Amino acid sequence: MTNSFLWRKLHSLSGIFPIGIFLLEHMFINSLAVKGEKAFNQGVALLHSIPYLWALEVIIIFAPILFHAFYGIWVVYLTRNNVLAYSYFRNWLFYVQRVTAIITLIFVGWHVLILRFSSGEISFNVVAQALSNPAVIVLYLIGLVATFVHFANGLWSFLISWGITIGEGAQRKAAYLSTLVFVVLTVVGVNALLAFK
Amino acid sequence: MSKKITFIIKRCDNPQAVAYWEEFKVPYFPKMNVVAALMEIQKNPVNAKGEATTPVAWECNCLEEVCGACTMIINGTARQACSALVDNLAQPIRLAPLTKFPLVRDLVVDRQVMFSNLRKVKAWIDIDGTYDMGPGPKISQNVQEAAYELSKCMTCGCCMEACPNVNSKSKFIGPAAIAQVDLVNSHPTGAFRKEARLEALMGEGGIADCGNAQNCAKACPKEIPLTRSIAKLNRETSAYALKKLFGK
Repeated sequence: MTNSFLWRKLHSLSGIFPIGIFLLEHMFINSLAVKGEKAFNQGVALLHSIPYLWALEVIIIFAPILFHAFYGIWVVYLTRNNVLAYSYFRNWLFYVQRVTAIITLIFVGWHVLILRFSSGEISFNVVAQALSNPAVIVLYLIGLVATFVHFANGLWSFLISWGITIGEGAQRKAAYLSTLVFVVLTVVGVNALLAFK
Repeated sequence: MSKKITFIIKRCDNPQAVAYWEEFKVPYFPKMNVVAALMEIQKNPVNAKGEATTPVAWECNCLEEVCGACTMIINGTARQACSALVDNLAQPIRLAPLTKFPLVRDLVVDRQVMFSNLRKVKAWIDIDGTYDMGPGPKISQNVQEAAYELSKCMTCGCCMEACPNVNSKSKFIGPAAIAQVDLVNSHPTGAFRKEARLEALMGEGGIADCGNAQNCAKACPKEIPLTRSIAKLNRETSAYALKKLFGK
């Protein structure tokens, strides 16, 4: 077994555990904004009450995202896309996975910069303030959709890379599941985004 | 004057030379294939401008789509020239050499890497050594049928050409060799060396470099379920890696 086997497997895994799980948790907390300012601020306070929060943040969020991002750039570099010569649906999604990887990377970097590292203590008002510019809303919509496409399609790919879905039928069912995950996340994520007004 | 078919062929005199496109008008005859057209050019190496030129170099053997030698890019996608019927192709017909292998001349490439990959993953079954190992084990009909599909691989390179992760930047061995591991591992005698092959697939440029674009299964002229073999061996290599991790 070489390191590249290990890194590739961990790259596939890290997109689901813990990054994907964190994404779901993030959308859940965001959705508290739909119930109002108070509910959101209570949710944030609950998160902030977690003991050893900084360590969890580093181990469960920052380290896996940095690994997934930097190894992912290498994976994107190693590909030579050929969607024009071989314009199959799956080949297009393979290409989309790489395009959304880059968009998501830029989006998440920017998002973390403005809302995690330069806004002080997070609250409903701080988020609403950051999102008051319509251009920011548009960029967030693009970033969110790219992130959800990347996660949902990555889930489909993860199931193959770890040998869970083997046959064509199983892979097709996984594709329906992945579409459903994308739709649900988009509805939930966008609804939460538009609640910060 | 009888009907003529226009061919636009990517030519290159040697691996160091600069490639160029040359047009040919080939007399048509019913049910002709691309190999027949190339033979016409060989007989009369004159391009569409009427200038004498060198005959186009290409390879072919079986002429019935089982050897893979005449694989080239025909109108944008990799396939065999012998089974490419002119009547079914959009014209002008564009021919180019495969791009994932070192060029020899014109439409001839060196597919040695595919055979080296088969060696790398030990895609053979060890039989009798210095002593008789007795009769081979019985194989169920189901296993035989699955093995037959995989055994149709002719190492033609269509899957390599279609795969976005097989290129000069990557070391990926490509789909064909992975499916051959599935074939020999499914044989009871071949299974004696199953783990050595899984180890090979977990090496540099191995199975984990697959990005699931799934072009290979669509591009395969023998309709080999390559993506199924890849997913199956993803399961086996993952399980083997975990077994090794916790069994040490």
